[in-house]
Amino acid sequence: MRNIFAVARREFQGYFNSLIAYVFLVIYLLLTNWLFFRPFFLNGQADMRNMFAIIPWVFLFFVPAITMRLWAEEKKIGTMELLMTLPIKDSEAVLGKFLAALGLLATALILTFPTPIIVSTLGNLDPGPMWGAYLGSILIGAAYLAIGVFISSLTENQIVAFIISIVVIFLLYIMGNDMVLFSAPAAFASVLEFLSLGSHFDSIGRGVIDLRDIMYYLSVIVFFLYLNIKSVESRKWR
Amino acid sequence: MIEVRNCVKRFGPTVAVRDISFSVPKGEILGLLGPNGAGKTTTMRILTCYMPADEGTVSVAGYDVATDSVEVRKRIGYLPENAPLYKEMYALAFLDFIARVRGIPASKKQSRIDDIIEICGIKEVLHKRIGEMSKGYQQRVGLAQTLIHDPDVLILDEPTTGLDPNQIKQIRDLIKEIGREKTVILSTHILPEVQATTNRVLIMDYGRLVADGTPDELSKKAKGAESLVVQVRGPEESISDLLTGIEEVTRLRLADSEEEFHRFELSVTNGRIAAEKVFSIAVQEGWTLRELRPESQSLEEVFYELTMGEREEQ
Repeated sequence: MRNIFAVARREFQGYFNSLIAYVFLVIYLLLTNWLFFRPFFLNGQADMRNMFAIIPWVFLFFVPAITMRLWAEEKKIGTMELLMTLPIKDSEAVLGKFLAALGLLATALILTFPTPIIVSTLGNLDPGPMWGAYLGSILIGAAYLAIGVFISSLTENQIVAFIISIVVIFLLYIMGNDMVLFSAPAAFASVLEFLSLGSHFDSIGRGVIDLRDIMYYLSVIVFFLYLNIKSVESRKWR
Repeated sequence: MIEVRNCVKRFGPTVAVRDISFSVPKGEILGLLGPNGAGKTTTMRILTCYMPADEGTVSVAGYDVATDSVEVRKRIGYLPENAPLYKEMYALAFLDFIARVRGIPASKKQSRIDDIIEICGIKEVLHKRIGEMSKGYQQRVGLAQTLIHDPDVLILDEPTTGLDPNQIKQIRDLIKEIGREKTVILSTHILPEVQATTNRVLIMDYGRLVADGTPDELSKKAKGAESLVVQVRGPEESISDLLTGIEEVTRLRLADSEEEFHRFELSVTNGRIAAEKVFSIAVQEGWTLRELRPESQSLEEVFYELTMGEREEQ
């Protein structure tokens, strides 16, 4: 436990030391608010749905940007050898890095709080869907993060990690899309829909918090963190 | 303190470490010497639990690296090759991170870090990013990181590469100082380093151990003898005849001639007696003696012989 927090703390500080955090937070807030407020006054509805509908697409690019360095950089500089010979278990290092990235993502989400506050002063904001959407955002963000951190552990090139992460997350997201489901065989379609990152987000975003959706995201996170532990261990059997 | 028994490590078809065994008692500074690719780094990675051996047993401070890896890692301070450190971190924050992971209680942490800063002489750079420091300071921060938990065993992979001569001397002195109380293994391919810092040397080549002994022992062992360099003025033929006639001289070679001066290299069984005899012959014959000095074989030659000799056989 102590080690997980030590690693997480170091990585989290690392984001701020290397300016990644500032760039990430500023651009994220500018982009989401601009995308949200642009149609907001035209629609004239005190509704946050537009803000959250774009979250999976914004995260598609932002999450790989914060996960790409986590392992790739350690491998490239050689600090991997330093880290893995400290008395830290592989699983502790993996969890620490995941938590640090999650911390940065959560910070970004918390910093969007002024937006719903502004909206609620302009009209009657329904808090139910809003809190649901925040929960859904952190869950889908965490799932993206788990995938991104895992892919970062497969290469020592950050750009490769970034691009592959985008592709993998995009495919996992899009496979529940109607367009894909329509062209897939019927039996296969429901499996695709269930496994897709996107379909579970839509229902939470509407304010319908279903335990199955939460379990789905938690399973994705656990699965990719497990793969991550294995890939870090793989140095031992290569 | 360290026991390595029949350790083997393969990477696919290549064998990086072939059946090596050695042990290091407490308080010894051991130099691991060998050309690049000899298996030094792999051996160190096995000792530090970065990767396991394929065969054989390795134990550190009584704990097996395969089964008690965390216990082993707690007792080792390791500086990997080129001192890889988190470049964007400030030195103090980095040491704080290491202290946390090393489980140093919060109450003792500050005084411990202060001690290490003092020992390693990094006070001036504490508030700099590691990436902005000179290579010498980076190396010291790397060394500081290995010492923070007062480990029993220090493993340093080429601790002086990339440093200037002054820095090299400082790091060597530091290692010697530390080595008084701890078991140290350091690898290098710089020979003077071994002579300057270690009290025992293992030479590795092609993943095998090819020699084990103190630096002096190894120097003496090679070719078995000392040699003398003699430079005299006189008729070349009679000089070589008379010098070969000396009982202690086993071999004589004309190294170079410059006008009337001839320089000979003599392999001798007893350098002191041979030198006396050379001197008295020169006095008798009226030669001008310009140079007469013993030359023990350098570790460099021993190293070359052991590693290249092997290669030629293959």
